[in-house]
Amino acid sequence: MLFGKAKILRSHGWQYIPDLDAVTLTEEFRGFPILTDTADKGDIERAAKICPTGAITTAPLTLDMGKCLFCGECQKCAPKNIRFTNQHRIAATRREDLVVKVGDTEPKFDTAAIRPEIAKYFGQTLQLREVSAGGDCSVEMELNATGNVNFDFGRYGVGFTASPRHADGLVLTGPISANMAEALDICYNAIAEPKILVVCGSEAISGGLYADSPAVDRSFLDKYHVDLWLPGAPTHPLCFIDGITRLRKKYK
Amino acid sequence: MKLYHITNNREGAIALSDIPVVEYLDLYNDLKERMSDVRYHIGHYFATEIENGLRFFLILLDDLGSEVLVTSFIPDYYSEGLASLTAVHPQFHPFEREMHELYGIPFDSHPWLKPLRFSHDRRDKNSTMDSYPFYSIEGDELHEVNVGPIHAGIIEPGAFRFICDGEQVLHLEIALGYQHRGVEGEMVRTDNRLRQTLIAESIAGDTAIGHTTAYAEIIEKFSGVEISKELSLERMIALELERIAMHLADTGALATDIGFQLYQVACEALRTVTINSTQAWCGNRFGKSLIRPLGTNHPLTKAKAELIAKNIADVRCRYNELREDILESPTLLARFEQCGLVPKSEMERIGGVGQAARASGLLRDLRFTHPSGYYAEMTHRPIIKQEGDVMSRLATRLDEVIQSAEYVEKLLASFSPSKAMPLPNYNSDLKGEALAFSLVEGWRGEICHAAITNSEGRIVKYKVKDPSVHNWLGLAIAVRSEGISDFPINNKSFNLSYCGHDL
Repeated sequence: MLFGKAKILRSHGWQYIPDLDAVTLTEEFRGFPILTDTADKGDIERAAKICPTGAITTAPLTLDMGKCLFCGECQKCAPKNIRFTNQHRIAATRREDLVVKVGDTEPKFDTAAIRPEIAKYFGQTLQLREVSAGGDCSVEMELNATGNVNFDFGRYGVGFTASPRHADGLVLTGPISANMAEALDICYNAIAEPKILVVCGSEAISGGLYADSPAVDRSFLDKYHVDLWLPGAPTHPLCFIDGITRLRKKYK
Repeated sequence: MKLYHITNNREGAIALSDIPVVEYLDLYNDLKERMSDVRYHIGHYFATEIENGLRFFLILLDDLGSEVLVTSFIPDYYSEGLASLTAVHPQFHPFEREMHELYGIPFDSHPWLKPLRFSHDRRDKNSTMDSYPFYSIEGDELHEVNVGPIHAGIIEPGAFRFICDGEQVLHLEIALGYQHRGVEGEMVRTDNRLRQTLIAESIAGDTAIGHTTAYAEIIEKFSGVEISKELSLERMIALELERIAMHLADTGALATDIGFQLYQVACEALRTVTINSTQAWCGNRFGKSLIRPLGTNHPLTKAKAELIAKNIADVRCRYNELREDILESPTLLARFEQCGLVPKSEMERIGGVGQAARASGLLRDLRFTHPSGYYAEMTHRPIIKQEGDVMSRLATRLDEVIQSAEYVEKLLASFSPSKAMPLPNYNSDLKGEALAFSLVEGWRGEICHAAITNSEGRIVKYKVKDPSVHNWLGLAIAVRSEGISDFPINNKSFNLSYCGHDL
């Protein structure tokens, strides 16, 4: 019995990633896109037309990561115009910074937009309450994964808590189903000030595929200030970890 | 008179004119008898708008004969009403409730026509999530416990109402609908099939591969195209990888709930290896972007196949150590055995499917009973456990991970990349005035999609059934007479989908 457990321990060894910042994801991963203009607009117009969430504009050429579901189909249509890199650090503090333009080589993370009290109050520890409002379960599983044995975000004092009364902020996932809108609002208001609001996943940021669905109610996002936007379908655990880490830093 | 059009899971779309239109009473009388036989269960049952009314479609599965029975009826339900089949065979309950919610169809002597998911296009807008009519029992000794919609962990919302006598659960009722996004409506609002594919991927993110395979098969059936063996082999590998990953997650979750940290962290690590293999294949840990109609953007290469085979062999060895240890851990067995019993007879009555049904001794595995794609090329041996308790539901997972890993390894060992793997096609012509259905054994169980096209070959109706639609009632039955503190392990042992149910 004990021998069996010792065997499991031995064959698993150390599992945690020592330096979360040093990780480079597989080449196949689709993260920050690089855009290039070409004289011939045929390809990019086809890509914009097929884009399931209308994330691409052609004149001027932009790609909104807040709408993008990273399916990669546009890259197949217009390989000269769009190239997804494996850069997973795509968090933004302002919604407009998620719109990638021609010539952008790095994701924009505007530290000036971060409220100074965040570092002051949450620099040491940050406990979050997650609310799924129509989330498809993949973002939720990735958020769970941030605390697992590999990523172990808990080592930096960040975790998820059951009660909003114990939380310092709310992480929203899903396009906000109308049936969940009231519960989400109640939960947010049950969290004591000061608090942060993190919007996780492209479906939450823009509504994604359900942006125009009559079954969603996105008025919550019109009412409250969002501190961090985390694109992805789902958001990769390392994107969440990177975004939250940079949000809590002290900037001069 | 012919009551059913008989087909199977491999044939193409059916012309609407080939589907009999029968008298409801004849069908009712037939089903009353027929559904008492365990070889039959309901695949899908829904209504669709036609000129001046509704046409109801029923898809029945004959597990023994590997046949699918399809029929329809156009009743004058306002004058005569429809006799409820739920009253005789409870497995009809979610379907009759849905049709009552959407169209106000009165099913006579249905036990309780409660709303199923508070769909945005429901008939009675005065009935809302907040006014869900929970069952209640009067009594001085009883109390109610309400959990949700927001739960303690990072998990989707749903409301659970327990009626307890002290610590003992007398009754649990589960109210769902909080996750309703309008999937089926959005599916037919667009002609962009890439968008439809992505909607299929989002039906339940943990079953992205399963649901997208079901969507792709619908398109392929309407297009009259049979995909190549090479492509169906890659789809099978993807489906089995998804099964391995989710069974690992659930083994870990069960361990978490009894404070067995070693198994929890080991399973987390093994799941990471598995989903990172899927990510190395297609760029997404959940296999989003991997399954596409009529082709693929991510054909397996030799290097990727070797990487996946190596990782899965490693996962299988390490998981097997854990599996053997679990079966020898008395404290774990004491907690899981004889807890949350759902006997085979109950599973049968509610129409349980998939891994949970197999844990109750019921042979429900489409890979065996209605194989399609590459599953039709092999003989799958379903894993069946008899007890129907939490331990059985864990034990099916323990064995299925090993089995699926062996399938993946075997298929990859003789793998050679196909030179002419087709790219996805989002513009194929679809057969008009037809119905197509797809049946895919996802990791939870039976996924059934059904769609109808109009005369121009445009999809005008799209219906989705996640296995959770059947199995949520199984969870409610499992916790009856258990201590309320055993709810978490029961819940994890089923791990049902909220978004897949709510759509």
